[in-house]
Amino acid sequence: MPVESGARPHVPGLQRRLLEAAKALTFPLLPDDYLALINPMWSSRELQGTIVELRPETSRATTVVIRPSFRWPGHRAGQYVRIGVAHGGVRHWRAYTLTSDYPHPDGLISISVRRVDGGRVSSFLNDEARPGMSVSLGEVEGTFCLPESPETPLLMISAGSGVTPIFAMLRELARRGARTDVVHIHCEHRAEDIMFGELLGARLSGYRRIDRISGTEGRLAPAELDALCPDWRERASFLSGPPEMLKDFSGFYEAQSCRDRLALEHFQPFIGDGGAGGLGQGGRIHFRGRDLSAEADGHTPILDAGEAAGAPLSYGCRMGICHTCNCKLVSGRVRDLRTGQVHGEPGQMVRICISAPEGDVELEEGHIVIDGTGPRSKA
Amino acid sequence: MSTIVYDGTLPDGHPLHRLTPEQLDALGREFQAVHDDVYADLNDADAQYIRRMIRIQRSLAAGSRAVLVASRFWPAWVLGTAGLGVAKILENMEIGHNVMHGQWDWMNDPYIHSSTWDWDTASPASAWKHSHNYLHHTYTNIVGKDKDVGYEILRVDDKQPWEPRFLAQPIYNALLALLFEWGVAVHDLDIEAVSEGTKDPEELRQQGREIVQKVLGQVLKDYFAWPAISGVIMTLVEVGVIGLFDPASQEVLPGESRPRRRVLGRRGRGLRSGNVVARLGRRRSFREPFRSTMTANIVANLIRNVWAYAIIFCGHFPEQAWTFTEEEVADETQGGWYLRQLIGSVNIEGGPLFHIMSGNLSFQVEHHLYPDMPSSRYQQIAPRVRAICERYELPYNTGPFLKQVWSVQKKILRLAFPGRVDWPKPGPWREPAVAEEPDAALPAFP
Repeated sequence: MPVESGARPHVPGLQRRLLEAAKALTFPLLPDDYLALINPMWSSRELQGTIVELRPETSRATTVVIRPSFRWPGHRAGQYVRIGVAHGGVRHWRAYTLTSDYPHPDGLISISVRRVDGGRVSSFLNDEARPGMSVSLGEVEGTFCLPESPETPLLMISAGSGVTPIFAMLRELARRGARTDVVHIHCEHRAEDIMFGELLGARLSGYRRIDRISGTEGRLAPAELDALCPDWRERASFLSGPPEMLKDFSGFYEAQSCRDRLALEHFQPFIGDGGAGGLGQGGRIHFRGRDLSAEADGHTPILDAGEAAGAPLSYGCRMGICHTCNCKLVSGRVRDLRTGQVHGEPGQMVRICISAPEGDVELEEGHIVIDGTGPRSKA
Repeated sequence: MSTIVYDGTLPDGHPLHRLTPEQLDALGREFQAVHDDVYADLNDADAQYIRRMIRIQRSLAAGSRAVLVASRFWPAWVLGTAGLGVAKILENMEIGHNVMHGQWDWMNDPYIHSSTWDWDTASPASAWKHSHNYLHHTYTNIVGKDKDVGYEILRVDDKQPWEPRFLAQPIYNALLALLFEWGVAVHDLDIEAVSEGTKDPEELRQQGREIVQKVLGQVLKDYFAWPAISGVIMTLVEVGVIGLFDPASQEVLPGESRPRRRVLGRRGRGLRSGNVVARLGRRRSFREPFRSTMTANIVANLIRNVWAYAIIFCGHFPEQAWTFTEEEVADETQGGWYLRQLIGSVNIEGGPLFHIMSGNLSFQVEHHLYPDMPSSRYQQIAPRVRAICERYELPYNTGPFLKQVWSVQKKILRLAFPGRVDWPKPGPWREPAVAEEPDAALPAFP
């Protein structure tokens, strides 16, 4: 699918068979397109949701409670979902951590969104969204999850809105009755911005919370772990925060030879050597069917390089989630900028927003935009 | 089509050769600025426009299909056929054509997008997007390259060399009007390349498969599934009618008392007395609604075909439009491209409803300058385009609908015969002076 779209909903068997049969009457549209005239939520083209409640968490963060249009497929604590929001006539997609526990008795889900200055979707969800509005729901994704049986004591470290997956995990631990020994260090620039402060601040059994107000106390340095949580080496660690923090801590854990005790969550493409020792060499990119080629160094995504060379390429999240930018690799190999891993077989689909060329590559787009405007390049 | 014979002499005052390269560059920049201004301004109101248009069109289609269930009664047939014809026109022209041009891709909605849309006509989306969006819109009116000049069966420009087969073109022309959707579907295959054997056989097979699938879907829907729905529903209605009102249910069977007869009659006894199937057959309770719905769908498709043909032929074939040779546009710049689109296209004058029913192809000039601009904006930018024409002393081709239709038909008749004709070309555009209404400027009573 060249345009980022929602997840395929789970449609009950009988309904699916009826819709399939009724296609003969609506071809080339789907019966869903006519059902949506009565109620847009009846369309099974993609999973949608209705906002049922907006709960302010802080002055600039809101929990958005959503009723999915079809049965929610389920998720694990710490996973995220893509949400599509129409604003100014344009549909924008963002990924947000699911903060609700699954299964919810009414089938609801929630995300918790902090307003980013100048952020279109986060501002919309904090300021303009109202109950009754609809959103599109994408696939559930993410591997930043608790192990099936977390027996070891846990150390959770979060900063800012990075607390959302940690919060979901604490909820899941409580449900499992497994919250026996959790130390949670949370960093926040200003005390009043702490999300879920009251819920987490209450005296919960088996939970010790350490707040670090970086505006007055300075940023948390990894070396401070010895003082804050002396037995950190014995604990399975979960870290969710901005890229610099992830880099500092993963480097520290590496140096202390306990990197395997640390799980990381990062939403932005994590451009680094991924432990592979040095960045790639980059190379020349050729898009089949287009009369242009681009050069990219070892840390520039193919998508960025292609756009800079004037190719109107399809894209969505720009962080390797949505697969909108998928291109078929005709020849050459690419480096995954998040892991540093080099891969590539001819015919393989690669996400060009998180891949850099490793030597010369040729790609074929999933869909070429022919806008019929002749020699004019697309702005 | 064989090769083009053209002596290469340029008609006097050809706009393409009157402007200096610098003027052409400036012209290109001015036209580009109009596009960029609109794209910077696209907003929720634009998105609402196309969403509302799609909602209206689908409601009209569904409503007309429902009315056609009763199409064995002629008022329902007339109403449903007219509604379905209009729905198909809206879907093909204001929605399908424009969505598939990518005019609404900026919304990032996967279901109102050039890559996913398919329209209610015989031609599959992918083949059409190649032959129309790419070939026709890039090589507009370049005789020999733009296959839409005469669609490979008509001689609509005197640069096309005459051949005896064109003597019969008034007949092909009439057939094409009636069967337009089929003509478009076949045209997309690029018949010339097929007959010359230059088309990649794998591509041809692939496109052939797509066309067969598309045509089967269309035929199944319009000529079988919906007629069958009418037949089944009307048969059920008739079963009820027989059960409740058929005089046969009033007959008294031997050994029955009168009160019992009445109860049985109400319970649908009529169904049990005599052969119901035979009576349904006599009443043509399935056959007649099936037939009437099928004819309604045939006529709705014909209405759409003739209308689309008329509008589309007025876009480039009236006498005003310039055509080009490959040599003339050999080293074309961006400004030259805009100029070719401008003078090769022709608008149709009309009211708001006419513009919508033509898919805003009544703004063919604006559409060809900006094929990826939302159609609802063409009317808004038309004054800016005309102002540019006036400043550069360029023509802005336009005319009333019937006059343009006549211009096209006259030309097709004339070009059935050999020879070249100098059609009169309009001069530089002069914006008509707006009639002053002195009273409007003065306040009425204070």
